[in-house]
Amino acid sequence: MMFVAPKLYKHPEFKIGMRELAPQALGIAAWGLMTGVAMVKAGMGLWASIAMALLVFAGSSQLAAIPLIVAGAPAWVILVTGFCVNLRFVVFSLHLRPYLIHLPRWERLLHGYVTADISYVLFTKRFHHPGITPEERLTQEAYLAGNDCLNWVSWMGASLLGIGLANFIPPSWGLGFAGILCLLGIQCSLASTRLRMVSSAVAGIAAVIAYALPLRLNIVVAIAAAVILCLCLERIKPRIQGTPA
Amino acid sequence: MSHDDLWMFGVIIGLSVVTVVARSFFFLSNQDWQLPHWAQRGLQYAPIAALSAVVVPEIVMSQGALITTWQDARLFAAAAGVVIYFAKRDVLLTIIGGMAVYLPLHLGLGF
Repeated sequence: MMFVAPKLYKHPEFKIGMRELAPQALGIAAWGLMTGVAMVKAGMGLWASIAMALLVFAGSSQLAAIPLIVAGAPAWVILVTGFCVNLRFVVFSLHLRPYLIHLPRWERLLHGYVTADISYVLFTKRFHHPGITPEERLTQEAYLAGNDCLNWVSWMGASLLGIGLANFIPPSWGLGFAGILCLLGIQCSLASTRLRMVSSAVAGIAAVIAYALPLRLNIVVAIAAAVILCLCLERIKPRIQGTPA
Repeated sequence: MSHDDLWMFGVIIGLSVVTVVARSFFFLSNQDWQLPHWAQRGLQYAPIAALSAVVVPEIVMSQGALITTWQDARLFAAAAGVVIYFAKRDVLLTIIGGMAVYLPLHLGLGF
């Protein structure tokens, strides 16, 4: 991990990055804890839950994958759903490109991999423009690394704790539902324009109507129906098109 | 390793690759390039659609059919969650508040 590159962790900005993330760390940890509990309680095995927490490192796509895995959906449906849930990061990556493009590719990918919602928000709030001189670039990279480092540690620690604790909680409590509430909260946070609300409503209804389709294809059908409808509505009525969040 | 374990491991690796590709999408390549316009616009609507497609059936269906009773803890918890989110704009409070409604109804009243 590039957290261990001395030029980054010895840089004063690394600590600043950690300090600015610290107030958020409790919330990240609580979310990680809940994701850990939800994975186990939804019926994924212990080792699969641990591997998923350590490798996937994306709460919303992990939580979205769980009901599909449990229902025996084919891998491609799970991956397509995970990618769609993660499409918000594609938007973030467009914004981050000028900040990171000077780095070698594998370092860029590592930064991308560990930069989740909160780090993206804090980083772009602190640095309004990409660095131009080598010092500026190193400063920005060190800040991002410090931020990502604390984010990663609090998420992972809490996820693993949650996986451990889940074994002591009876399944009849239904704690897995916390995962659905988490996705619901993120869903609400994305409902920032009218057309996005339309997309949400159409996809929800379509997913229920098409539920009988095999292979959990109802998810794919619902996403396609909602996106196509919104793209058409956007053409018909450009003025109801909101600004990107 | 059984076939199921291998399948699960494959899905986990696949989802990890999805994380890297999504978060690095526009700096995977050094070349300057752009998505077609419709795909750029589609980015606005796909994430919320995907979440909704997963979430809504988990709230209003059980065993593959629409639920026919209002006595289901999930309905109340989800409604509470939405209200809390728009009042406080905080996902964590949404989870905590939703579960505070869900658990008493589910464990206490057997909804």
